[in-house]
This record gives sequence, C-alpha cells and structure tokens, in this order.
Amino acid sequence: MISFIVKRLLQSVMVMLTVAFVAFALFNYVGDPISNMVGQDTTFAEREQLREQLGLNDPFLVQFGRFVGNAVQGDFGLSYHHKQPVSNLIAERMPATLELSFISALISLLLGIPLGVYTALNRDSIMTKIIMTGSLIGVSLPTFLIGILMILLFGVVWRVLPTFGRGDVVMLGWWSTGLLTVTGLKSIIMPAFTLALFQMTLIMRLVRAEMLEVLRTDFIKFARARGLPRRSVNYRHALKNTLVPVITITGLQIGSIIAFAIITESVFQWPGMGLLFIQAISDVDIPIMAAYLVMIALFFVVINLIVDILYFLVDPRLRVDRVSGSH
Amino acid sequence: MALLEIKDLRIEFPSRRGTMVAVDKVSLQVNPGEVLGVVGESGAGKSTIGNAVIGLLEPPGRMAAGEVYLKGERIDNLSDREKRKLRGKRIGMIFQDPLTSLDPLQTIEKQLVETIELHLDVTEAEAKDRAVDLLRQVGIPDPEHRVKQYPHQFSGGMRQRVVIALALCAEPEVIIADEPTTALDVSIQAQILELIKKLCVEKNVGMMIITHDMGVIADVTDRVAVMYRGNLVEEGTTAKILGDPDHPYTQSLISAVPRPDKRLDRFPLVEYIESAGETKKSLDIANHWLGQARDFGDHYTGPLIHVENLYMRFLTKNSIFKKNRSYFDAVKDANFEINSGEIFGLVGESGSGKSTIARMISGLYTPAEGSIYFAGTDLTQITTEKKRDHFRRQMQMIFQDPFSSLNPRMKVMDIIAEPIRFHGLASSRAETESIVRDLLDHVGLGVAAAMKYPHEFSGGQRQRISIARALATRPRFLICDEPTSALDVSIQAQILNLLKDLQAELGLTMLFISHDLPVIRQMCDKVGVMRYGQLLEVAETEQLFENPQHEYSQHLLELMPKLTNVKAA
Amino acid sequence: MKQALKRFFDGDLWYSFSHSPVVILSAVITLLIILSAIFAPMIAPHNPFDLASIDIMDSNLPPAWNEFDGDMRFLLGTDDQGRDILSTILYGARISLLVGFASVAFSVVLGVGLGLISGYAGGRTDTFIMRIADVQLSFPAILIALLIDGVARGIFPRDLHDELAVYVLIFAIGISGWVQYARTVRGATMVEKGKEYVQAARVIGIRPGTILFRHILPNVTGPVLVIGTIHLALAIITEATLSFLGVGVPPTTPSLGTLIRIGNDYLFSGEWWISIFPGIALILLVLAVNLLGDWLRDALNPKLR
Repeated sequence: MISFIVKRLLQSVMVMLTVAFVAFALFNYVGDPISNMVGQDTTFAEREQLREQLGLNDPFLVQFGRFVGNAVQGDFGLSYHHKQPVSNLIAERMPATLELSFISALISLLLGIPLGVYTALNRDSIMTKIIMTGSLIGVSLPTFLIGILMILLFGVVWRVLPTFGRGDVVMLGWWSTGLLTVTGLKSIIMPAFTLALFQMTLIMRLVRAEMLEVLRTDFIKFARARGLPRRSVNYRHALKNTLVPVITITGLQIGSIIAFAIITESVFQWPGMGLLFIQAISDVDIPIMAAYLVMIALFFVVINLIVDILYFLVDPRLRVDRVSGSH
Repeated sequence: MALLEIKDLRIEFPSRRGTMVAVDKVSLQVNPGEVLGVVGESGAGKSTIGNAVIGLLEPPGRMAAGEVYLKGERIDNLSDREKRKLRGKRIGMIFQDPLTSLDPLQTIEKQLVETIELHLDVTEAEAKDRAVDLLRQVGIPDPEHRVKQYPHQFSGGMRQRVVIALALCAEPEVIIADEPTTALDVSIQAQILELIKKLCVEKNVGMMIITHDMGVIADVTDRVAVMYRGNLVEEGTTAKILGDPDHPYTQSLISAVPRPDKRLDRFPLVEYIESAGETKKSLDIANHWLGQARDFGDHYTGPLIHVENLYMRFLTKNSIFKKNRSYFDAVKDANFEINSGEIFGLVGESGSGKSTIARMISGLYTPAEGSIYFAGTDLTQITTEKKRDHFRRQMQMIFQDPFSSLNPRMKVMDIIAEPIRFHGLASSRAETESIVRDLLDHVGLGVAAAMKYPHEFSGGQRQRISIARALATRPRFLICDEPTSALDVSIQAQILNLLKDLQAELGLTMLFISHDLPVIRQMCDKVGVMRYGQLLEVAETEQLFENPQHEYSQHLLELMPKLTNVKAA
Repeated sequence: MKQALKRFFDGDLWYSFSHSPVVILSAVITLLIILSAIFAPMIAPHNPFDLASIDIMDSNLPPAWNEFDGDMRFLLGTDDQGRDILSTILYGARISLLVGFASVAFSVVLGVGLGLISGYAGGRTDTFIMRIADVQLSFPAILIALLIDGVARGIFPRDLHDELAVYVLIFAIGISGWVQYARTVRGATMVEKGKEYVQAARVIGIRPGTILFRHILPNVTGPVLVIGTIHLALAIITEATLSFLGVGVPPTTPSLGTLIRIGNDYLFSGEWWISIFPGIALILLVLAVNLLGDWLRDALNPKLR
C-alpha cells in the first residue's frame, strides 16, 4: 500500500514538473517579459538592467529551478495587467471558484449516479428512454447556452434569481464564502446547475455503461443461478463492481469541473479564477495564465491521489497479494 | 420417479432474420445419485437446456414448448419469484469458467454465507461454520484460513472448487454443470471430475453434465444423451453409447475421437457432419506449383531443426534498476532435433512453455539464450530482415484460434495471396490468383471461397484457409500450434487428416503442439513432454505411450481418458 | 462494388438505421445544415459581409412575425449592425462546421497515428506517448484550447491574429482532442496485435509498417468512427464556447458562437432573437450529430443491445 502511494506521489510530482515546465516556457518565450512590464519610454540600458535583475540572462536550468522554487512558495510574479502579485489575485478569487465547483460536483454526483444505476437496471422502461433522451440533449447543450437560457427565464422573464455576481459574502478568515447569506445562496443556484448539467449527464451515461457491462458478467449470472434476490445481485454485487471504473472517471470529471467553471463564471460574471483567466487570455497576461495552469494541475493531482486511495479501499485485488497457497 | 424430467422441450431465439430453433423435442430424465451426460458439438443446443431448466435463458431466447418437472412437480410455468426460490435451493448450477464466476470484490466467506443464509434457516455463526465445512468437503486445504480470502487469491482449479461449494450450499437435489472442466488443465480436470462424482454419490443428488468432451463422458457419466443440431439423436447407458451406438451420428462422432491406445493411419471420416473436404484429388507433385522450387539451395542433410540450450524469459516485475527486475523463465534449457520429414510433437499443460518454443522458432519471440539451427544456420545470429526472409519463406505456422487467425477485413484471396506477393513467388497478378484458387481447391474449400470474407466460413473451413495461407510460401517446415483444439471433434478429424496428407505429399517437416495426448499419438513420430518450461523427456511416440520414462509423463498418461469401453473402429 | 453495396444494405447497420425514425431525422437535419452552410452564398437572402447592403437603420429588428416592427425582408430579425440574422446563421454555420470538421480531422490523424505506434511498439515509445497523454488529460480540452489561443495571441500581432484566428482555433481544438483517439486506438491495437492474424503476418515476414496499415488499421476504425462523430459535436461546441468567450473567431467573420456572444449583450433589453436563433441552430446541429454518434455506437457494438 505504502509503496503504491509513494509511486503515485512520484508520478504526481512528474506531472507537476511537466506542467511547471510548460508554464515556465509560456512565461519566458511568449512575448518579451520585459516589454510587458515596462513602459514604451524605458531605455535599452534600463531594460538590460531589469533583465539582469530578474535573472533572465541566467542559464535555462537556473531560471527553471528558480521558477519552480518560487511556484512552490506560491510566488508567480506580478500580473502584467493588474500590476499586483498573481498569488494575491488568485487567493482572492479561489474561494468563489471552489465553492461553485464543489456545489456543482455534489449535484452532478448525487443526481448522476442514481440515474445511471436506474437506467441500467430498468433498461427498457419508458422512464429510461425519457432520461436517456434528456441526457443526450444535456450533452448537446453548450454550457454557455444553458446559462443564457437560464438567465433569460429566471432572471429576465420571471425575475426570481440574480443574474450575475456572488451576492453578499462573509469573510471566514481569508476565505470569502457566499454560502452563509441568502443572496449568496440564491446567486449560486443558476451557475451551479449550469456547470453541473453537462458533468451530470456524462457521469450518468458512464455509470450506466459500466453497470450494463458488469450485469453481463459470469459472476452475476452465477449469483442469479444461486437464487440470490434481485436486490442483492444488483446492489451488493453489480453496483460495487461498477464503482471501480466509475471512481476513476468521476475523479477526472470533477477535476474538469473546476476548469469548466471558466465558462460559467464568464456567463454569470462570477468573480472566480476562471473569469480572471479569461481576462488574462484577452490581455495576454502570461503570469496569470501560468499560475492558473499550475493551480489546475495541482487540483487534478490531488483529486487523482484521493481517487487512488479510494480504489484501494474498494478493490481487494490491489490490497492483497496474488494467488497464494497450493493448487 | 425421476428427479428432474424434461418433456418435449423446444427453445427458440427469435431475431429479425427469422426464428432460430436451438432445441426441439428434447426429453430427458435425471435420477437421484445419477450423472447424466449431455454431449454434442458446438451449435447442438446443449447449453441452452441447462439455462432453460433454471429459468435463466438469455433474452431473446424463450422456451416455446415443453414441460419441466422437479420430483413430479411442474416448474417451468412458475412465476419468476417462485423460480428464483428453486435456484440454488433445489437446483444448483456450475458454469464453465471459474475465473469469472465469482464476485472479485467479496471474500469467499461473504459469498458463501450470503447464499447459505438465503436458503437455510441458520444463524450467521452457523452459516460461517457451514461455509468452512463446505470448503473442506470440496477439498480446499486449510479452509478456516482460506475462507477469508478473495477469489483472485485462488488458482483456477481451486476457484472451480469454490464454485462447486457455492452450488452445494443448500444441498440441492439436482446440479446442472455446464462444461465444468473445459477451462481447466488435464490434471486439475481429473480432480474436479472425481470430486463431482464423489459428491454425487455421497449426497445422492442428480447431476446433469453438459459437455463436448467424450473423455469427460467416459469418466463420470452413468447415462448419456447425444445432441445434434438441437435434437436428441440417441440416449442410453454410457457403456452402450460409447461401445455400441445405434445412431449413425453417434457412431461417426465416436469414431472421430482420437484413440489413445493405438495409432491409425487416418481418422475415420465423419460423413454425417460436414461434407467439406475429402474431395481432394491426389496431385502430381512434380508438375504442381507446390512442388516447384523445393530446392532450397543448401543441400543440407542433417536434422532440419536443431534447438540448443534454448531459454526464454519474460519480465514479470519492471524496475529502473536491473537488480530489482524479476523474470519468469518460460522455457529453460530446451534441447531437441527434428529430422527432415518428421512430425515432432510437444505436449504439456497450459503454461508449460510449448507454444513459447514454437514462437521462438518462427521468430515471433527472440530467445534469451541459446541457438536455433535451421538447416544448419543459426537463426538467432541473423541480423537483417532480408536474410531472415529467406528462412521465413521456408517455415510457416498454423495457429490455434480459427476466429482470430484470419484478418476479418480481408478477402480470402488477399489473405492467401499476401505471402505469395511478399516473397515474390509469382510473376503476375493472374498467376498469383490462379495459385490461390488452386490452393483453396487443394485444401478442400473450392475456388469460389476466394472472393468471400472469413466470417462467412465455419471454424473448420477457416482452419483450412489458414493451412492454405501457410502452404502459399511453399514451406518445408510447418509449425502447428494447437491447430485443432478450438474445433469440434468431427472437424478435428478432417483437419488432422488434411495435415497428414499434405505432410506425406510434400514431404513436410512439422512441429506439432498439443495438450491432447491422443491427438499427439495419432499425429507424431517423436514427442517431447514439457512442464514449467522444461523439456522433461523426448522419445519415439510409440515408446512414450507404451513405456514412459519420466514420472510426469507417466502421470499425464494415467490421467488420459481411456475410453476403454469404446468399440474398436 | 455492387456486392459491397448489397452487403451494406443487407447489413445490421443499415437495418438499424432504416428502422429508427429519430436517427433518419438526425441524418436529414445534419445533411440539411451542412448543405445550407456550403451553399450559403447562394441561398442566403442577404450577404452580411457586404457593407454596402447593410443599413444601420435596419438594426435590431425583431423577427418578421412580430406585429409591430417585423420586416418581411428579415425573416428572423436583424442584429445590432442591421445584419439579417438568418443570413448570418447560414454563414456562421459555415465557420462552425469548417472548424469542427477540420479540428476533428486533425485530432484523428494525430491520435490514430500516435495510438497505432504506441500500441504496436510498446515499451518506452508507448510509455512516453501515454505519459504525454496522461498529462494532457489532466486538463479539459477547453482549457488547452484556451491556452493555445492565449499563446497565439502572445505570438502574433493583433491584426495578424484575427486573420489567422480560424487556423489557430482548428489547431487548438484539434490538439486538445487527440488523446481520446490515441488511447482507444492504442488499446484496440494492443488487442489486435495479440491476435493470430497479426502473428501470421509477422511469420510471413510482413514489415511492421505494412502490418499497421494493412492489417491493424482497418480493424480499429469502428471505435474511431464513433468517437469521431461524438467528437465532432464536441468540437463544434468547443468552437462556439471559445467564440462566445471572445477568444475564438473575430466578429468580422462570425461563427454561431460569436453571434450568440453578440446577442448576449442585448438579452436584457429584450432583443432575444439575436442570440436565441443562432443558439437554436447550434443546438439542432449538435443534437443531430450526437444522436448519430449515439446510434453508431450502439449499432457497431452489438453486445450493448
């Protein structure tokens, strides 16, 4: 178990280093960092001095090492556009994105998994056909369109929900939460559902496909041949076996929720990291892009580690040694 | 009164192309303490009978007519709920593949206790005791400890014992076993069959064994029902069916089973089944394309194949450090020779390394150590593809699985033409095509086969296509890796006859690999016995069968189904 | 040829197609949209890019059936610059489909190629390619596309970037989608490689390149077709999303996503038609393609039925 986790940790570090490398390359080779920092009237000598000061004339590896060292401490330099430390900008906006992502993930899991199980077990029922058709419409609706339609209905036509922003927020230390105020809760409903819908349909379809696969296996047939009741066959045996692959992909999906939040935040003017990132792209604000990239990778790596540990708890084949004893 | 009685059973599988009748007008009886064998080749409909009895036919299959009685009580018209109560409690079922029959995420104990508690009125502690007791009964050593383990910690044979224990949980009156030993090695097969037979007598249950294997029938059954294309053609005591069958199908089926006790020149033909083949005219080798260019330019007279100190290793655990890597020796220090014109057999159980040797000779694997001499040249020392091609042309291989050995996206014409084109054995497209047609005709398929795709052929016909492809390079050495183990026994006889004929006509040298001792006896001049990667004994075939030297060879021969009561053909 | 056609119409694929009205309808809708996009210059009532024919006085007109301001010349109304919505949709669908098809083609070529190599070669090549795939999989396609777009903005000057926007998009979406093909094809290749027909070809002496293209490739196309169809829908969505976010194609040559973005600004003032009609066109197209993909997957994978 320990060696497995250690191996995974090493792999995670490799992933993080690769991403850091990409981020670093962005930082250094897209445009000239100096001309992004200083005004038009700076002299060549001043530029050279700044270059030397920032260590941009150092060998490649030294620069990369410094970048990684700074990144580990959360230092990604100054934003070209905002002229503020990137870490401050991100820290300020992270709670908004994480709250939104968390609520959406919850919605998509709590609805997606039961619906997937239901449609797999009742393969030919009318309800299943309706759900499946609905899910196909769900994956065909671009997130931003769902957002627009919701705004049109709930915000413009019926005027029951706020159409932009987070509402009132409460500070818990450095963390700003919108989950403790009425306006904050009202504000998160539309963005959260918008973000959850696509993921939910994906999770549902995945659970359904895996469950159908498991239901075809020999051990399910043998369980039925032993007279085990439907409930036991479906839930104790089939569902548990379905979970193994489902955990992996669900982990991936939850990671992507954080990134997909970019679109939702943009539609609802939600003051999160995604909105910051989109603006950074329009402004070619490289330090923010690089930092965002590293942040997303970090989230992903952490989620993956959790997934691996869950795997361990579910699947004994990873926990115990192979064939033991005599033939 | 019979324990289980099936009357006029008819099973249909409706589809858009019409209704397929899997089983029709089948009536069977199983008595207490008796083992009934249901035997037939693939497509005979035997497996669906078992599923129909316990009410688990795969949709769209349905029982269209007939009645099923358990102790005189009709059960086929019961509701789903009532049928479920019968399953496991009164009728037990054993499936073919023990590796996939158990839930991988639950301990053996959980699976046993769940089934026991469902059917018997016991406390949890009693159920646990019974679980251990059941494992002991099916011969699992140290059951108190092993009951806590997961399925993946058991070997295949042990898992099948667990499956049997699960089927026995509630002391059912009838057990239906669907090919219970097909996925197992011979030595484990013998143990499982013995166990089944013992339990049957001890517990006085009625048993229905569904199988394609005449050896299993001869070993354990009391009575046999013979199925052919959904119909019951004959039923009687095992001695009667094996020794003096009435129906022509049964007669030909039994005559096609390779005899373990003496060597015949050819297998008796099974005219009843598939009239394919055997229309082949003998050919004038001197003027035929296959007979040309048989001079390989080496005038070598020693043994065609000479294998020296051959090793093969597979990496089982990788590591960046050489020290930490671990290997599995698939073949250890193999040495043998194959003389020109000889058929050399390799026999052994799965994992013994026999196929690995074949793959090393054919160039699919690179040996870890050792030499393979082909007509005096060490193949392991050849460095360029071009030089290797010279030898590739001279040796070809026939594989086991007729369903995966042909590219499903290519026409038969292109499949057989590929080696001819690659080695430049014909001067024009027209010549290539005429050679392909000739080859197809020669292996008994007829020229029309060229324009079809592989899926339009049966298993036996596909194996003929494989043979034609192998012949297309005009080889002098042919490797046959279990060429008939995926085929029905009647088709096997035809294919083996074809191989024998070709060998005689073309003077081919052959390496013939099989796990089936009777087939080896019928086909080979010399045999090597393998176990755990080691070649234990090499002997003339007759000598090995009459007087085996190595302990393991003796053991294998003992396990061989004797079919002693079979009438001499 | 005749034989092949007969086989096709006898086959299960055609049977399941011809017996599903929903699938036939999807195919018809997809074809209609594709055809009307191709022939947009001929069938569109106006040319929205011809500045001479646009009159700012016609801006923000509602659909023709509106009893107050409806103008029969503009069936679905006009946008803020007085462009006919129906015409901009037809021209916009052109851009959307072009980017969709081209980026899928890019992903397919890259993904199938790398998947074949990875699956057949195994060993270090395989590990290397799959590690890259793993890292890329850490990021959703949309994020990668965004990043590439951002980088392109940094590299090219503003006016050049607008000109190259479509190509940048194709590259960005294409490169963000190859992993799925590579993984699927790698898996399928490893299965096929183990099959005996490949071993038979190796015993004959056929070289790896030929084996890959003549033997393995035709046997792994089924899943590629399925993923490709579903991916087309996804690529169209991604393009629309990027354009909606303002980092896709510029407003001078609008795609469906750009149109929705333009309309979004007028949503609150009641001019809903500017974004809703392009939205409906987009949904129709994506839904039809998705339905086709869904059917294809079921039809090519009979064990799922």
